[in-house]
Amino acid sequence: MTFHQINLTVNGEAEQVVVASNVTLMRMLRENLALTGVKNGCSAGECGACTVLMNGEPVNSCMVLAVECEGAEIITVEGLAKDHQLDPLQSALINEGGVQCGFCTPGVLMSARALLNRNPQPGEDQIREALVGNLCRCTGYTRIVEGIQAAAAISAAGGRP
Amino acid sequence: MIRNTHPTLPEFEYIRPQSVGEACDFLTRHAADARPFLGGTDVFVRMRDGVLNPKYLVDVKALPGMQEIRFDPQSGLTIGAAVNMNRVIAAAETREHYPLLADACRSVASYQLRSRATVVGNICNASPAGDTLGACLAFNGVLHIQSSQGVRQELLSNFFRGPGKTTLQTGEIAAALFLPLPHAGSQGVYIKLGRNKLSDLSLVGVTALGYPDPGAPSGYRFRLILASVAPTPLIAKQAEDCLAAQPVTPASIQEAARLASEACAPIDDVRGSARYRKQMVKNLSARALTSVWEKLNRRGQNDISSD
Ligand SMILES: Cc1cc2nc3c(=O)[nH]c(=O)nc-3n(C[C@H](O)[C@H](O)[C@H](O)COP(=O)(O)OP(=O)(O)OC[C@H]3O[C@@H](n4cnc5c(N)ncnc54)[C@H](O)[C@@H]3O)c2cc1C
Repeated sequence: MTFHQINLTVNGEAEQVVVASNVTLMRMLRENLALTGVKNGCSAGECGACTVLMNGEPVNSCMVLAVECEGAEIITVEGLAKDHQLDPLQSALINEGGVQCGFCTPGVLMSARALLNRNPQPGEDQIREALVGNLCRCTGYTRIVEGIQAAAAISAAGGRP
Repeated sequence: MIRNTHPTLPEFEYIRPQSVGEACDFLTRHAADARPFLGGTDVFVRMRDGVLNPKYLVDVKALPGMQEIRFDPQSGLTIGAAVNMNRVIAAAETREHYPLLADACRSVASYQLRSRATVVGNICNASPAGDTLGACLAFNGVLHIQSSQGVRQELLSNFFRGPGKTTLQTGEIAAALFLPLPHAGSQGVYIKLGRNKLSDLSLVGVTALGYPDPGAPSGYRFRLILASVAPTPLIAKQAEDCLAAQPVTPASIQEAARLASEACAPIDDVRGSARYRKQMVKNLSARALTSVWEKLNRRGQNDISSD
């Protein structure tokens, strides 16, 4: 099997990794870079627990090959906090009770971050639609939606977007 | 059977050719062992399930033109094979001239899956459940297919041959989808019935498009295409003809819906029974055609009042 040397940016840091063809982005992030916030739920593009941002857009990292990421910019949940300050979405999910077992949370946060980046003031329907690809078996989603609404409100009031 | 218990894909070699010639040549030389891919959202799932086991995966996303989406007001829209569905949805030209295609794309899976999944991949995968196939057929889409012999153009209405079966030959690569300009005044609707409200594959999908046509006895032409009720997407020709031949009324719409239901040959599967699907084709065809008819009339009134 051939190995490929990949150069990419992960959470703002330049990284170089050597991977086999069949290693997914999810596995490379977890196993080569120890970013275990990226969760392996279904490995089939259904559950969204492995969602990360690739060049600004959310992807299921289980459905992307690491070799496809040459030159890419990846953001994982570990890259959301800046200067020891949580992203408003992280604070809001904690405050609104949008986290229970926590397994889906990193993926939910990445989908929600991408949503607020493309639409800073989404309606409830838009929030729910953006989360179609993130399964949560604990919260019933209501508190997650409320958390995202709260984060959007904080950003609108001049907090960090 | 326990599936997908391991995140690892089976072993294969990743190949990224730099030119179409190189790609076609590689695919021809490794006919039995190589497979082209775009978003991989079908290919990876089937590899993990053990259905596919290619020795080489050929990434064709970086080939020239594959990432382009281009609109020519004289002729129509060209969507490069590697353009993902979110880009198709976001493109101003799609929203303005082909909103039916944007609606169909929006019904596929989830936002993050659509950052990878492509319309051309949906077409090449040739699942009868493919959500975008109906819209592409309704707009008389043409697939541009590259091989070492050059480019050939295939009408989508001739392309699908069975579940996962198309007229693509070994060594051929779909490079782009071309959608001619829609007929003036076109209105469309896609209704997807799944087991849940969002994100499931369709149990039944109904694509309807209508436009004024002075050449038709009724003054209108309709397109009606059904998903998940036959081995390929099914063009309900008798239903389409019915609404061209006689005045469009609630009764003729019911008649067209009945013809559509008669034309389809669904199977029983995990998503639903054949009998249920046939009944749903009737109900949803009537609903889709009625909704298109209402949009056509609303538009007509707006045109008059804005004069
Ligand atoms: C969780 C999940 C949910 C899904 N939900 C839906 C849904 O709701 N509706 C729906 O319609 N589909 C759904 N799908 C299926 C899939 O996402 C779509 O069919 C998608 O459009 C495939 O596009 P792709 O670019 O990923 O194709 P790929 O997987 O890259 O390729 C698909 C097929 O086409 C062939 N191929 C690819 N590129 C070329 C080329 N250039 N030339 C010739 N052949 C080529 C491949 O060899 C393969 O056989 C879902 C898949 C997953 C994993």
